[in-house]
Amino acid sequence: MKSPLLTVSELSLCSPGGILCEPVSLSLNAGERLAILGKNGTGKTTLLHTLCGLQPVTAGAVSFEGLDLRELSGQQTARLCGMLFQHEAEPMPATVYEVVMLGRLPHARQWHWESRQDHDIVQQSLKLLNLSSLATRDIHTLSGGERQRVAIAAVLAQQPRVFMLDEPSNHLDIAFQIQALNLLCERVSQDNTALIMATHDINLAARFCTHVLLLNGKGGYRFGDTASVLDSTTLSDAFECRVDMIVTPERRLFFPA
Amino acid sequence: MTPMSPPGVKRHMYLITALILLSVVSLLVAVGTGSVTLSMTELWQAVRLPDGNASSLIVWDIRIPRALAAFLCGGLLALSGVVMQVLLRNPLADPYILGVSGGAAVGALIAITLGAAALWMTQAAFAGAMFSVLLVFGLAARSRHWSSTRLLLTGVVVSAGWGALINILLTTSTANTVQSMLFWLMGDLSQSRPNLWHLLILIGGLAILLSQARHLNALSRGDLSAAALGVNVARLKLILYFSAALMTATAVTVAGSVGFVGLVVPHMLRLLGARDHRWLIPGSLFLGGSFLVLADTLARTIVAPQQLPVGVLTALIGVPLFLVILHRGYRRETS
Repeated sequence: MKSPLLTVSELSLCSPGGILCEPVSLSLNAGERLAILGKNGTGKTTLLHTLCGLQPVTAGAVSFEGLDLRELSGQQTARLCGMLFQHEAEPMPATVYEVVMLGRLPHARQWHWESRQDHDIVQQSLKLLNLSSLATRDIHTLSGGERQRVAIAAVLAQQPRVFMLDEPSNHLDIAFQIQALNLLCERVSQDNTALIMATHDINLAARFCTHVLLLNGKGGYRFGDTASVLDSTTLSDAFECRVDMIVTPERRLFFPA
Repeated sequence: MTPMSPPGVKRHMYLITALILLSVVSLLVAVGTGSVTLSMTELWQAVRLPDGNASSLIVWDIRIPRALAAFLCGGLLALSGVVMQVLLRNPLADPYILGVSGGAAVGALIAITLGAAALWMTQAAFAGAMFSVLLVFGLAARSRHWSSTRLLLTGVVVSAGWGALINILLTTSTANTVQSMLFWLMGDLSQSRPNLWHLLILIGGLAILLSQARHLNALSRGDLSAAALGVNVARLKLILYFSAALMTATAVTVAGSVGFVGLVVPHMLRLLGARDHRWLIPGSLFLGGSFLVLADTLARTIVAPQQLPVGVLTALIGVPLFLVILHRGYRRETS
């Protein structure tokens, strides 16, 4: 049998403040979508950064299709993981097109210019996020939501095996939240890749993800398929706030009571 | 409106071609102007047949070396300005921000005080510049990472220290030496002779920066974003700081601390649309080079037979230019 796309075994999550969680183990197959939920400061971002090599693996192991993350070069990792950041550094001047084209950097060869294919991929990503008309605009002149769409277009252009999204719905209006996540999920099933998103929106997680990792903030976690992890008792416990649930014919909705 | 073929390649080609033309024209103007007026025929004769008569001496021993020194120095400063602005993520960063010019000045001034020959003065300036860079890095280093803020603050503080030393050297010197010290401090090309080393550093620096140009594009989006795109950020920064320091130290050794080129030239090019470093880097070389050649030509002709230090001219041109750019940038962002 083929090894899962992503395997995490006994991974420690550390922040400068100390250990965040008991060692985490989970695995993700192609086509699966994982939501990381939990209160502020429980280690969602730390986990994402560790998975894509931005923070060293101190104990435990992360592997992609059997390849240990620690053995991979930066460029190899960037071809496997596409990271969408929660906060972007204050940008230097650049056009929307140039920023999205940076997503192609992990696939670039030294001294080579972008190929016709790179340009096609970038233009397609721009189109998918309704950004074509903004292509030549300076990134400074965009609104928060437009910048977030640019960042999503860039990670789409990167064509990673695992999308790692930190708060993908940040700054987006509800229509774009749904459009962007639909798009990413379609991409995941089309290309047989996977997706991990850290989010505060339980309903987006319930709607778009097959699996949930819930960090309870007291050092424990629960991992499993969405239906089994998400219920009002578990959520109320993890968020230390009563969470109620409504069941509609289409889906279950969670809200703070 | 839908885009379009890959944006900008043609525009960038035009821009670079125009800048190369500007470089050639500025060098020709510099060689053709001076206190001795030479006709076109005389100039051509002098360039073609270096036979030792007065006009060929003027052209080959005075004007051409000086014009080349100016071009080289301007190019080096503009290149390291580009790099410093990305590294420190600060649009106000210039090549001297890590105290390079201060260290070089103290070295050169000590050499002048001791009455050393010109050769020793340049050696002392280079040694002072590199010492200052190492000092700033040593003081700012914490574990293996340099945060831009720490580097910037350390650079500013160390520069202030050099400033104090410079003032001590100036106030305790005799009137004779103060004149040459002041010229050195303001940036002056009248004694400059480029040599093969300077050229090698320019070419080497350019090659290194061009090889990292796409990584520089990623780095200008922030350290984490660059790392997530597979860039080895720590290694890249080390390479960039080292190249920038070496290029700045070389420029300072050739011409003293010429201000404004490294600050203004990259901004001008970004406003002209060259934000991709594969265009910005060669563009800066040509624009920085020709900017300094033209400024120096003005410096030696404007009050002829007197000469002004070129640093005064770059500031005189640079200040209004920079203010206009800032104003335009502000209008663009708020409109």
